[in-house]
Amino acid sequence: MTEVVLEARGITKRFPGVLANDNVSLSLHKGEILALLGENGAGKSTLMNVVYGLYHPDEGEVYVRGEAIQLNSPRDAIDAGIGMVHQHFQLVQPMTVCENIILGAEIVGRNGLIDIDKARRRVIDLSERYGLEVDPDAIIEELPVGVQQRVEILKALYRNAEILILDEPTAVLTPQEINDLFRVMNGLTERGHSIIFISHKLKEVLEISHRIVVMRSGHKVGETVPAEATEESLAEMMVGREVILQVPKGKAEPGKVVLSVESLSARDDAHSLAVQDVSLQVRAGEILGVAGVQGNGQTEFVEVLTGLRKVESGSFSLNGKDVTHASVRHLVEGGLAHIPENRHRYGMIDSFPLSENLVLNTYQHEPFSRHGIRDYEAIAENANQLVQEFDVRTPGISTLAGTLSGGNQQKLVVARELGREIHLLIAAQPTRGVDVGSIEFIHSQIVAQRDRGVAVLLVSAELDEIMSLSDRIAVMYEGRIIDTLDATRATREQIGLLMAGVKNGATR
Amino acid sequence: MSLHEQASTTLLKIARFTSKGSVIAVILMLVAIVVVNTTSLSEGWMSLFLDTSVLNFALRAAVPLALGAMCGILCERSGIINIGIEGMILAGAFGAFVVKISTASLPLWMSLILATVAGLASGALLGLLHALLCIRFKVNQIISGTAIVTLATGLTTFLFNPSWSSSGKFSQFAIPLLSKIPALGEVIFTNGPITFITLALVIFLQVMLFRSKWGLRTRAIGEHPRAADTVGINVNKRRYINTTLGGAVAGLAGAFLVLEAVGQFTEGMSSGRGYIALAVMIFGNWSPIGAFGAALLFGYMQGLLNSLLLAGVTTFPRQFLSMLPYVVTIAVLAGFVGKTRAPAAEGEVYETE
Repeated sequence: MTEVVLEARGITKRFPGVLANDNVSLSLHKGEILALLGENGAGKSTLMNVVYGLYHPDEGEVYVRGEAIQLNSPRDAIDAGIGMVHQHFQLVQPMTVCENIILGAEIVGRNGLIDIDKARRRVIDLSERYGLEVDPDAIIEELPVGVQQRVEILKALYRNAEILILDEPTAVLTPQEINDLFRVMNGLTERGHSIIFISHKLKEVLEISHRIVVMRSGHKVGETVPAEATEESLAEMMVGREVILQVPKGKAEPGKVVLSVESLSARDDAHSLAVQDVSLQVRAGEILGVAGVQGNGQTEFVEVLTGLRKVESGSFSLNGKDVTHASVRHLVEGGLAHIPENRHRYGMIDSFPLSENLVLNTYQHEPFSRHGIRDYEAIAENANQLVQEFDVRTPGISTLAGTLSGGNQQKLVVARELGREIHLLIAAQPTRGVDVGSIEFIHSQIVAQRDRGVAVLLVSAELDEIMSLSDRIAVMYEGRIIDTLDATRATREQIGLLMAGVKNGATR
Repeated sequence: MSLHEQASTTLLKIARFTSKGSVIAVILMLVAIVVVNTTSLSEGWMSLFLDTSVLNFALRAAVPLALGAMCGILCERSGIINIGIEGMILAGAFGAFVVKISTASLPLWMSLILATVAGLASGALLGLLHALLCIRFKVNQIISGTAIVTLATGLTTFLFNPSWSSSGKFSQFAIPLLSKIPALGEVIFTNGPITFITLALVIFLQVMLFRSKWGLRTRAIGEHPRAADTVGINVNKRRYINTTLGGAVAGLAGAFLVLEAVGQFTEGMSSGRGYIALAVMIFGNWSPIGAFGAALLFGYMQGLLNSLLLAGVTTFPRQFLSMLPYVVTIAVLAGFVGKTRAPAAEGEVYETE
């Protein structure tokens, strides 16, 4: 095996109340792609932030090419040849690609000002050498995320990074962009760079990495190579028990139309048309999946259907009644359940206890309210029952919702929304930021609702989620539904192309 | 590279960060000024609008506004909102005045220079205080700025003794050759030293902000401090430096009022200029040249108002006409605020985890 370029020895990092890394060791070889696999909160990002000098470990040391180094800030990591592409891009939006790349490592000319021409030449040179196509004078905010990611990688290469840490790089990309990224990653390792690839997506890890390290709740729980691993074995390592990745699901038996949308258009916060002329129907007992790269109007579409956003034109009806201008309360009473994509903003109140969060949409009715006075006994009883039924792991029902883990918060939202009589479920990114164990549970709940005769509209940027749950798949691109497919016949490639706006070989 | 080539690339570079339209507009304005003042047009109604006395007044009124706006730009581009410009101007004026009267025994030029330095230092001190409150103690930046105005107003009123008076102020001087240009020479190239410094500072800051390492880093920490941090830039250190420098520039505006414009200190003599400077900064889209243009517009409105009144053109009540500059401020802000864009991270405390 080739030389070890990076080694972390016995890293321990504590946060108040949490042991984020417990004596974790890890080594990276030259020219290797090492996947760091684990659920959200397993400690992957913490470990990488330690290696990049953003966190100071309580114990343990980092070695680069055999030498122990002191990492007090990212500057030290950069000097040691470590570059990191963060999950949330660290790019200054109104500046150009070139300015972002040189920031912090500017070339100053003889007149004391930045020698932008020289910098631009270096950027062009690097982008050609590594096949990272990008216009140095483009403004960041005008670029698609895939290109922004290239800028992040160039930023690291510009600083002569030998070791690249990519934190969840595929989370925001289309399947085509992911292929491009993998091509770039392979090109980098051929030129002697070494890569740590952080992910929780099993397929990708098996496809791209040379070696896989699995973490769970702050510990390193296993190490393997793709040839000896399967998705199932990796998932089991990640979660610590056997996991059913594919939710068992029978054939759909669609009934009457529950949600009917007629040429609906809506504007986003910047007043541009985000949803354009969308028509679709969801029947009782079926799951319609809406696939699409984030930011193609799904958020606004869901907001309109749940009464949170004004309609520009068009209409939609629930159980045959027009509800285009109905209030949220009216929709909820009409049998709508909404699992919002941003649970902190729309799904729950962090500073309220579980029990009160569980009656946010029913508090005004019997038995929770009698003559305008709340009945706390009934509210508590309801909470105890739902917490048990939906497997919300919590110290008690008076615990504040904000203190739960992401997965349990999401199960709390699901419990409230599904714990009553409903006709339509709109689930937006229902498993974002949720651990594998909870994903499994939430998926099975969604399928159970379908089998009970609820119409389900599932909006997700995760192709796997769409593929495994949907009965029909609609693909949204630039605010329009560009095609609707039968889930049993659709292929990943087909949907991937549609997500990129390519229909029948032609770009729309 | 020949001299000619060098000159043309320099021009190209200037053009790169100013729009073509505004360059043409400025040239047309300058030509109009020369023509109106040197031909028979100077007898007509147009002289009312472009007379050198109106323009001189406009520039004099614009100087403190432009300096105040540049204070705002320095702070806000790095992510610190500065509502306290008014207080910093006042403190600069008072500091300059106190040193001016206590060095009255020295030669006038020396006393004036010391007083200017005192103005800069007083402003810088308040800038540092603002930075300390906002960064170290995480005080809400609007509250901190308001507190600074209250502090400066209260303290200068309390310490000021109305019997103090100073004599002598900066005199105007003419730049050789350039001051011989008809009309323009009189307006632009014959002025007091702080006015010249302001003109130079506008250009210097514009170049620095958009072409230097310091400027790139300043803009980055005002937009996305974490991005700057991850490439090894010390965000809070830079915010301290910029806010302190900003305070010094506002202090210079105060020094201008005492040492070049009025010659005396009066209570509350900043009289709202710090707030108009904020409007000027926004109108100029957080760029020094833009802000200077906006400051000139406000100064011009005041100059025009004066000449209209003097000429007796209008019998409209004076009180209403005096509102003109402020009405323009509101109109301009209402019309432009949506189109300009503030630094994204301003007002936010930056903490490393």
